Amino acid sequence: MSTLAASTSLNRHIRRDVPAVEVEKLTKVFRRRDPKAGRFARRRLPALKEVTFTIERGECVAILGQNGSGKSTLVRLLSTLLLEDGGSAHIFGHDAFREARSIRRLVNRVSVEASFFKKMSAQENLSYAARFYGMTPAQTRTAIPEILEKVGFPPDRRTESMMNLSRGMQQKVALARALLTSPVLLLLDEPTTGLDPRSKLEVQDFIREVRATHDATILLCTHDMNEAEALADRVGLLDRGELLFLEPVSKVKRRYGVDTLEEAFFAATGRTFEEEDEDDELREVFG
Amino acid sequence: MTTIGATMRNELIGLGGFVERNVYLTKRYILWDIAFMIWTIANTLTIVFIARVEHLPKPKENELATILLVGAVIWAFLGIIFEFMTETVAWERWEGTIEYTFMAPVSRTMHLFGQGAFAVLYGLIRATILFFAVAAFIGLHIPHANYGAAFALLAIASVSFIGVGMMTSVLPLISPEKGAQLGFVAQGVMLVVSGVYYPVSVMPHWMQLISKLSPATYVLRGDRASIVSGAGMAWGDVWPLVIIAIASMPIGLTIFRIGERHAKRHGKLKRSG
Repeated sequence: MSTLAASTSLNRHIRRDVPAVEVEKLTKVFRRRDPKAGRFARRRLPALKEVTFTIERGECVAILGQNGSGKSTLVRLLSTLLLEDGGSAHIFGHDAFREARSIRRLVNRVSVEASFFKKMSAQENLSYAARFYGMTPAQTRTAIPEILEKVGFPPDRRTESMMNLSRGMQQKVALARALLTSPVLLLLDEPTTGLDPRSKLEVQDFIREVRATHDATILLCTHDMNEAEALADRVGLLDRGELLFLEPVSKVKRRYGVDTLEEAFFAATGRTFEEEDEDDELREVFG
Repeated sequence: MTTIGATMRNELIGLGGFVERNVYLTKRYILWDIAFMIWTIANTLTIVFIARVEHLPKPKENELATILLVGAVIWAFLGIIFEFMTETVAWERWEGTIEYTFMAPVSRTMHLFGQGAFAVLYGLIRATILFFAVAAFIGLHIPHANYGAAFALLAIASVSFIGVGMMTSVLPLISPEKGAQLGFVAQGVMLVVSGVYYPVSVMPHWMQLISKLSPATYVLRGDRASIVSGAGMAWGDVWPLVIIAIASMPIGLTIFRIGERHAKRHGKLKRSG
């Protein structure tokens, strides 16, 4: 691509002497209506409780958790879409909440929903989005076909409305959109949820390829334990807003004396991964 | 290129991105656009034909029809600007792109200006088509019309409209459900107090006082004078518009930023459904 132009502009914002992500005691609390306590009553629902971790440059870290565990809240805080209620987060040395403009150039994201203007084509959706990152029409003319080809998107469907594409195809376009801007931190929030097995494998292969070919650090939030184990250097478990551990899978299994991550979850929380209660559902602010 | 130069360049490319996106959307929804255009022309005709009910002498009837037509055209133009500005947030929330737009490295100023710039361009095209289509249909005779002055005053007023639009565009950010409706209420109130089909003097005194704050008051008065009697731009209409423009832009941006901060604090910057 225009990778050269993009990376020149990126280099200004990247500090090489600091970790890619440094999160310390990060806390987020939402207030939700509580009809049981009265018409206007609100209750505090802690989404993240003093979460602390570090991700080194070039690392791929997976955060596992059930619905409402705080995974999406964490991704949104790092994407500058939420403000913290306590603690701090730094991305390549920049304060995520006070230097949002510098961070936005470094980060991109793929979420569980493909999120496009559905009447517009893949080409059009990528084209306007690239402008927000300073890419000119001359740059996107070559970069968009290249990146779509890389993610395995059929060239003859580039001008077709997104609404006519399958979920798998839409997710490939979402990956292409994220990579088009050459992010150095890629936030993947359940990127394969709802995909058929074949599309899921294709997306996972592509994530591996991105790691191998791009200078990207990846934070993958998922509830798919196999996916986390297959893709990440270290796996963390976020449970009801608390980060219980973040370490290589082999170490997790050793720590709890178990053979699978599912068993590790049970050992760490006393619940099975499928068990959820009413509070988990309420806490799922970004479901 | 210097850092400031590179930032400015990226900002302008980002502004172009918002215009480009709206061009794509207009192309994709072109049949709806044609349908709305026909509906607006039909609706305007129902208003302008009122001039013939009184059986006035031909020149008087012509003047009344022109006054009504200018009101309807400005109403349509303002409606488009408010619709686009309010939908800055509401539409993106519905399509699910809101988070991607708000996490992009383009300033909110360029974001809102980009949206406003397209709205003005699109609104001017539609307003021009509406004016000439209705004028031709009812056989309006306006040989002295000063289109240049009318157009220039509308362009100046557009800046104020964008500024006011910025203030209303924050509403769907604060209240995802009620924000868009409140935007329509604001547009309606502004036009009622601005004398859309009647002189401001026929309204109660308190409404006349409010009308002084509305940019639509001055553009309606000035454009009517230019189209009906061929008057040039009157300073009395220009200076209030300039002052409202200068004041409404920073106020609009500040209000939007406060709203954005509130949405980020309370987790409201997210898609609907």
